[in-house]
Amino acid sequence: MIDKQIGLSAFVASLRDGMTIGIGGWATRRKPMTLVRAIARSGLKDLTVVSYGGPDVGILAAEGKIRKLVFGFVSLDHIPLDPHFRAARQAGAFEILELDEGMVHWGLRAAAMHLPFLPSRSGLATDIANQPELKTIRSPYADGELLLAMPALRLDAALIHVHRADRHGNALILGPDPFFDELMARAAERTYISTERLVSTEDLAIAENARFNPFERSVVQGVILAPFGAHPTVATPDYGIDMAHLKEYAASAAPGAWQEYRARFIAVEPERYLASVGGAENLGALPAPIY
Amino acid sequence: MTYGYALADLCICAAAEAWRHDGEVLATGITPIPRLAAGLAKLTFNDALLMTDSEAFFVSEPVPLGPRNGYQPKFEGWASYARTFDLLWGGKRHAFVLPTQIDRFGQANISVVGDHARPKTALLGSRGYPGNSVHHPNSYFLPTHNKRAFVAGEVDFVSAAGYNPARWPDGKKPPELDLRLIVSNLAVLDFEGPDHAIRVRSLHPGVSFEDVQDKTGFALEKAPGLAQTPAPTPAQLDLIRTRLDPLGLRLGVFKDDSDGAFVATKEPA
Repeated sequence: MIDKQIGLSAFVASLRDGMTIGIGGWATRRKPMTLVRAIARSGLKDLTVVSYGGPDVGILAAEGKIRKLVFGFVSLDHIPLDPHFRAARQAGAFEILELDEGMVHWGLRAAAMHLPFLPSRSGLATDIANQPELKTIRSPYADGELLLAMPALRLDAALIHVHRADRHGNALILGPDPFFDELMARAAERTYISTERLVSTEDLAIAENARFNPFERSVVQGVILAPFGAHPTVATPDYGIDMAHLKEYAASAAPGAWQEYRARFIAVEPERYLASVGGAENLGALPAPIY
Repeated sequence: MTYGYALADLCICAAAEAWRHDGEVLATGITPIPRLAAGLAKLTFNDALLMTDSEAFFVSEPVPLGPRNGYQPKFEGWASYARTFDLLWGGKRHAFVLPTQIDRFGQANISVVGDHARPKTALLGSRGYPGNSVHHPNSYFLPTHNKRAFVAGEVDFVSAAGYNPARWPDGKKPPELDLRLIVSNLAVLDFEGPDHAIRVRSLHPGVSFEDVQDKTGFALEKAPGLAQTPAPTPAQLDLIRTRLDPLGLRLGVFKDDSDGAFVATKEPA
């Protein structure tokens, strides 16, 4: 069977400038941060990013990687506003398509179904619907209702962080919420999963864990081993949220502070990163977040 | 006999009323005051309400605000985000959330202050407001009642739909658009004026209708029998203080708020 395990450099090398990249997770929850940091320190540019945004968007914004952002929000949850996102937005640093959270879901679902759009009421009667990329469509049935035609959000690549995977792309998301990672994977030409642990197919114990299996391996093209690969975001049950690091990250938006943060946490390979943020033992003891 | 209560307590009790007649819907209260209000509604007059732990599970009793200190949430179901969208698109939810701006139509904004392409202040983004506003009832909490929050004209970016026919598809009201209450630091308002015009329904102690009008960027209606916002009862205060917010986090919502900010008189039994 196909061995899909690749390293971070092969992952980055498979991406191209100008791609549309979907990033899984939600705000500060199970974000594929090892993959995001690898993109941040690469030469990639002009990306269109689709995300339920958290520090993934903030880091890519701070590094000037984003040409266009497709989003419903960007938040650090306990710190409501990501300061890097905020600064970039206020500088007009990239184009945006602002959507309702549910419209992001719907656009991914349309792409996953290979449909051009899905009808929706969400966004109607608001300024969301006034963005030129969004069109309406009239129901052909007796109701004749005017609906928003949410266009498919087709992705060149989806990045998803999972708890367990085998080399073939069979995966488990063990956390309390799989978010819309399944749809991201199905909406994408290529899906890359980073995993806390690489295990044998047998050790996935699928009979017991079937409901944690988000999608079938045929949608996965690359598997990257990335212990603590969601840090500083939460990946329960393996580890909680690193609020101290998120505060340090937020503080790095102060004038002149980003270069230091970048040098310590972005420009380094995962092993150095892990040591810089306190080591595996400490990260394993991070508390679960309370929302 | 007299007893004290906080402005936060007054707003929690006023906001709880939003869910009194809702039956078995999901009560979503975002930020401390609406969240505590949802919990109070569930513990007092509508125990059918669904609520969540604000993460991924439905709970059969409200989870206390802040660090849990050993409290174990009473899980009763799965509330993943995907399921939450399925639920809300079906209309069985009433959200009470905190926009940055609201206008005379009840249109609400949490996206930007200023120009959308290059905002003066970038806020969160519209989150679930657009879909919420056309799928189920919504109420709004605005902690600082002034003309920057209650704006003249329209909000800078309409994140949530309101009673503005000019923006409705084909000029027809979205069928599920249903705005209920606004609670601010000065008053309780509703949408029951002519053509859903915003009305002042009750005034917080020491506040006059003119005070509220002076701090609002659009003309307000006055509800018939406009009265003072009812003081929290001792039983409500007990639930807020002991069960819902034992750490007193609500007292940080308003400047200089305290348990003794207002005084009420308890009628003799």
